[in-house]
Amino acid sequence: MAFLIQKTLLYAIPLLIVALAGVFAERSGIINIALDGIMIFGSFVGAIAVYGMQYIFPRSLGQLVYLIGMAVAALSGAVYSLLLSYSAVKLKADQTIGGTALNMLAPAFVLFLNKILFNQNRLEMPNGSTTSWFMIHNNTGIGIVDGFFDKVYISTYIIIALFAVLSVILYKTKFGLRLRACGEHPQAADSLGINVYKMRYAGTTISGALAGLGGYVYVATTSAGSVEGTVAGMGFLALAIMIFGNWKPGGIVLGSLLFGLLKCISASYSTLDINGDGIYWLKEIGVSRYLYQLLPYLITLVVLALTCKKSRAPKAEGIPYDKGLR
Amino acid sequence: MNKFKSILSAIGNWFKKVGIAIGRWCKSLFVSVDGEQPKLKTLYEQERTKSILSSLISIAGGMLVGLIIMLIVGIATGNIEDLFKGFVVLIFGPFFTGSSIQLSIGFNASSIGSMLFRTTPILLTGLSVALAFKTGLFNIGAPGQFLMGTMGSLLVAHSIPTTSGGAFWVWLLALLVGIILGAIWGAIPGLFKALLNINEVIVCIMTNWIAASVVAWVFDANGHLKNVGEGKSGYILPTRVNGVSNPRLGMDVLFKGSWADGGIIIAIVIAIVVYIVLNKTVFGYELRATGSNRNAARYAGMKDKRNIVLSMAIAGGLAACGASLFYLNGNTEFYWATSTSLPSEGFNGIPVALLASNNPIGVIFSAAFMSYLVISGSNLAGVTSYNEHIASLIVAVIIYFAGFSKLIRELLNNSKVKKVTIPTIPQEETSETQPTNVAEDVNSTKEA
Repeated sequence: MAFLIQKTLLYAIPLLIVALAGVFAERSGIINIALDGIMIFGSFVGAIAVYGMQYIFPRSLGQLVYLIGMAVAALSGAVYSLLLSYSAVKLKADQTIGGTALNMLAPAFVLFLNKILFNQNRLEMPNGSTTSWFMIHNNTGIGIVDGFFDKVYISTYIIIALFAVLSVILYKTKFGLRLRACGEHPQAADSLGINVYKMRYAGTTISGALAGLGGYVYVATTSAGSVEGTVAGMGFLALAIMIFGNWKPGGIVLGSLLFGLLKCISASYSTLDINGDGIYWLKEIGVSRYLYQLLPYLITLVVLALTCKKSRAPKAEGIPYDKGLR
Repeated sequence: MNKFKSILSAIGNWFKKVGIAIGRWCKSLFVSVDGEQPKLKTLYEQERTKSILSSLISIAGGMLVGLIIMLIVGIATGNIEDLFKGFVVLIFGPFFTGSSIQLSIGFNASSIGSMLFRTTPILLTGLSVALAFKTGLFNIGAPGQFLMGTMGSLLVAHSIPTTSGGAFWVWLLALLVGIILGAIWGAIPGLFKALLNINEVIVCIMTNWIAASVVAWVFDANGHLKNVGEGKSGYILPTRVNGVSNPRLGMDVLFKGSWADGGIIIAIVIAIVVYIVLNKTVFGYELRATGSNRNAARYAGMKDKRNIVLSMAIAGGLAACGASLFYLNGNTEFYWATSTSLPSEGFNGIPVALLASNNPIGVIFSAAFMSYLVISGSNLAGVTSYNEHIASLIVAVIIYFAGFSKLIRELLNNSKVKKVTIPTIPQEETSETQPTNVAEDVNSTKEA
């Protein structure tokens, strides 16, 4: 049980924050298809920071190194997303094309620099493993408690807190209301004196920061610290979760837990012993792991098809705001 | 003697006439002759020229960024010698014939051949994306359709024995099965769009990843297709094992030492056919009309839902055809153990289409340019301290700029408008103030 919860959280946490990143961009009216690219970019810059810091700080300060890495990754994600918001807001370029460009730019950039700096495609975040540097151990022996407090990373709690705070900001503050208005009806928002351009910049930048952070957390925890210009499509999965969750935080929590569970099963279904009785029944069912891999996407498609009447995508997303058309 | 002289003078006169005609034509390029405006200006004002110009500007921008990055890296690593070498290799691409010691440029048959070989798949995926764009859809699902095409073709090409002849028919069947599978896969986003009005981008992304898992699943289950020789793992046997491969059409002779085959010729023919169908037939017109305004098309009596599904299916078939031609080359080995990554040939269809402004004929050239860059990249990795990823970096920057193509075209238009309007401003009317006076009068009467 503990193992199942730990593994599920390992996948769900990055998905949670990156899906929220998507919400912030799309609610402000910008389609952020570049989540995957921003994750890759953020994880790379964060990893470089950690790589440098491991020679300065002792291993006992691992948590500090990890936190600085998180901050650097979020910052770099925000900066990288400016490329998208500049083209989408200022130059009114097609947002999906801009996002696609960013998605292609990030892995190329990472692989190019990896080769130049380290003469290899793969960069190990700290020498040795991320688990020995960053993992927190609190073994109590109680399954469910261990699931949440043993073998975890500090980022898990930070991201859960961040998610809660940002959801409140999105729904209960003036800023959040304005941001959502810009994604629904920017003309109306503008007529009430809200600067639509600024709001869209803000939404995309927050989105970039969160995606960069999510990418870093994914690389540091889930893929054990190896940066090789890919996050295995997690950005696109987060996009799917955002749609699955109907652009709302509540739905996203549900979606990322479900998809995290499926990812966990597909990654380790043959060694998964759910209730600890020594029977690997998932293995005994004999369903291929590829089925678990494609299930999240298939479920999203089905949910999309079933709820398309109720689906509430932000109305003005993807449409460049032109003051002249008000 | 006289006869000879008259012949000479006749030839001389003829040359004179031709010379004058050429001269006049050249003059007409720049200066207005016979009341017509300069020909270059007419050419410049055409929409087609503008879109080519804006693509060239994006390419120049991308190349410039690439060179700047190389410059920065070169200076930072203190490797100035490599910097110059890198520029030469990057710009001359497949025409580079030298080595790490010596730079030389010329006809490099094997490099140009492998450029053409790599052009085939991205030409067809580019065509796929371009056709979808023309019909108002963004086909980001090309990677998934590419994978399905790969699967269909490889399965057929390997499973029918050709020991007793008939290799050509197996090849044709493999190609067709690949295309049909891709078309079905492409039709899924089309159906979602047409029937449920769900954004095709989202459905395409989902179907991409589903395809990645399905294909890995199928090949994992077919152990006999795996190439296990020489410590390899994760690869599928090349189709030449079963004697199935693309017709060579003389390309292997022309470009010795490369994998170039008739696929590129087939791809170019398909591009021309797509151009004709899109632009010269009723069917193509219907597709484009549905793309530009679905409701107007329906109002005009067209079957909008059918057209959307059909465009996506054709787009899927095209992308899959690229995959089939690439993997039916006979030598290529498909890396199947990849359920967490998508083939780059699929995604590269997007920049190819964008660079060509979605013109099927333009796609031929932009695809060739993209693979030119790929060859540049691999030469860079072999000859200098830079690596092949600079090519994909440049491509990404080019698409980023290509996103602004509308803006660039607007800028080009504006510069033209200024040039035309400045001389036509009437100068003799000095009593321009009258209308404003009237306006003021109106205002004052209102106030009164």
